[in-house]
Amino acid sequence: MTHPLETAAHPETLRRVVIDPVSRVEGHGKVTLLLDADNRIQQARLHIVEFRGFEKFIQGRPYWEVPVLVQRLCGICPVSHHLAASKAMDMIVGATELTPTADKMRRLLHFGQILQSHALHFFHLSSPDLLFGFDADVARRNVVAVAAARPELVRQGVLLRKYGQEVIRVTSGKRVHGSCAIPGGVNKHLTPAERDYLLADIDRTVAWSRDAVALIKQLYAERKDFHNGFGYFKSAYVSLVRADGALDFYHGGLRARKADGELLFDHADYATYWDRIFEVTKPWSYMKFPYLRDLGPEDGWYRVGPLARINNCAFVPTPLAEAERIAFREFDHGSATHANLAYHWTRMIEMLHAAEGIHALLRDPDLLAGELVVKGTRAERGVGVIEAPRGTLIHHYRVNEDDQIVRANLIVSTTHNNEAMNEAVRQVALRYLDGTEVTEPLLNHIEVAIRAYDPCLSCATHALGQMPLEVAVVDAEGRTVDALRRDSDGAVRRPSEIAA
Amino acid sequence: MTERKLRVATTSLAGCFGCHMSLLDIDERLFDLVQLVEFDRSPLTDIKHCGPCDIGLVEGGVCNAENVHVLREFRRNCRILVAVGACAITGGVPALRNNIDLWDCFQECYQYEPGTAGHVIPDDPELPLPFDKVRPIYEVVHVDYYLPGCPPPADAFWQLITDLAAGRVPKLEPAMIRYD
Ligand code: SF4
Repeated sequence: MTHPLETAAHPETLRRVVIDPVSRVEGHGKVTLLLDADNRIQQARLHIVEFRGFEKFIQGRPYWEVPVLVQRLCGICPVSHHLAASKAMDMIVGATELTPTADKMRRLLHFGQILQSHALHFFHLSSPDLLFGFDADVARRNVVAVAAARPELVRQGVLLRKYGQEVIRVTSGKRVHGSCAIPGGVNKHLTPAERDYLLADIDRTVAWSRDAVALIKQLYAERKDFHNGFGYFKSAYVSLVRADGALDFYHGGLRARKADGELLFDHADYATYWDRIFEVTKPWSYMKFPYLRDLGPEDGWYRVGPLARINNCAFVPTPLAEAERIAFREFDHGSATHANLAYHWTRMIEMLHAAEGIHALLRDPDLLAGELVVKGTRAERGVGVIEAPRGTLIHHYRVNEDDQIVRANLIVSTTHNNEAMNEAVRQVALRYLDGTEVTEPLLNHIEVAIRAYDPCLSCATHALGQMPLEVAVVDAEGRTVDALRRDSDGAVRRPSEIAA
Repeated sequence: MTERKLRVATTSLAGCFGCHMSLLDIDERLFDLVQLVEFDRSPLTDIKHCGPCDIGLVEGGVCNAENVHVLREFRRNCRILVAVGACAITGGVPALRNNIDLWDCFQECYQYEPGTAGHVIPDDPELPLPFDKVRPIYEVVHVDYYLPGCPPPADAFWQLITDLAAGRVPKLEPAMIRYD
């Protein structure tokens, strides 16, 4: 599985440009570009540079410890790992169907997670690019500058994230690395006081989420052609969907849609995901490259996350978000449905759905009373899959009769998007950097393309590393020829100049 | 306030970003914080290399050569260096691999997994050299303060930074000192 510009033939003759670290993303990434003497791009890669070894060191640990331990892979979406691992452990303890209380408590927790993570990405990380432009001054490209220019907007963003974090704290005891789910269920109810506390701010949370969708829609439409075309390519999409085809973050069957819109498979049982999804490794990144087995390693790569989910589902099961889904799909005759930057738009639609979902759930009496845990016949293998903020998250474990983990395999959301992010880097590099003098604002264009995916480089390290983003330019032989680094003073330098 | 703002750099080495999330959990106090401090290199800014700073907050332990490089750059530039969270202080969860051979970890992750078709173990020169052990940051540089917890609570970050901004030695209430 190689793509044009993925590997240059003679890297030793090329100049190397590096973006290290990729900033305003979660985790560590690095981009390398290789350029020839005329500044033509010969190679462009996004590297994940850290390695954790989780699948190995988890072996021998007791299975019930995993949902708490595995969160420490990622502090941005710990709840996603907590829930995916718990769903796998449900299978281990034979809990084929959870009690309504357990199911709803977990869904509430998960909605809180989607809300806080999507708010963080839009307001704290990406808003400077969208509001000030991709080539704004380095000193302005951060949330502090946005707060100075648009204080009310950032205040809402901070409070939206806070609300999601409070949902997590109330359901799991802590905002980061709490504990709610246990094998076969959950460990607590909501008290009436906790419910009332969350009810107090839910209306404004829904309203502000609606405003956020309106804002991204307006920003997107203002420069429609530019936003549609930025690093454009088509791809297949993968996500979970509910039995009736609805968007569902917590549970469902796997649906894969080809780039032409045709379904490749639908409602596939995720417990045998390995029949559908293969992975290859490449020597230059710790992050693997998954592909759909039916389409093969060359053409089988796909995208996951907000854009994939909104494109894949038949409808969103809450009214305000569903209206926004239709508006997105119909926008300019569907011209935005494959766009990289449409990730921002669909992310805000999902945030609205999460807010509406919390609004509806909080009135459900099952949260306050009912059985917490069920058990059944012990099994040896457990697979748990959920839709994390960044896309489909797969946890897979085998447990021996002494309750110890024997094997583990994770495919995290960001890993599914590996090839897509690399393609976005290549497209943007070709369109904006090819044949020109590399400048800092141009390099930010590459980061904007990566940022659209909200990559979580912490998770992607699972394959046991963290994903550093570096852009290097390599020559036709595959040697890195040039690198650019952005320093504290905002200046862009080549490594040769730094070494000198 | 007439005094100049403190300059603060933050980074995540072999950590999960949860400590950074907990810093953001000061919520609306973020607006008060930026009256007191300005950010240098941090996941929130586009500054790629740390310049001269008053405070450096380091999350995560040291798992590869690149971490050492960044950590030394922080130590060189930051007047006060703080080890933030269990990973920076002890190595944390990533250090669970310390009693396992690194090569075994690589083989497990890249060669034995179901559905893994290409069996190469990544080894490109662009990837920083991984270390056989994940180490706490004090084994590499001098550390001025330790902020415990996994992650340290938002209030602990707030206390630390406001104390330092006021020229006080940071003092945490027992409830803010966490070993989770
Ligand atoms: S101390 Fe805990 S929250 Fe902080 S980086 Fe380590 S695992 Fe994450």
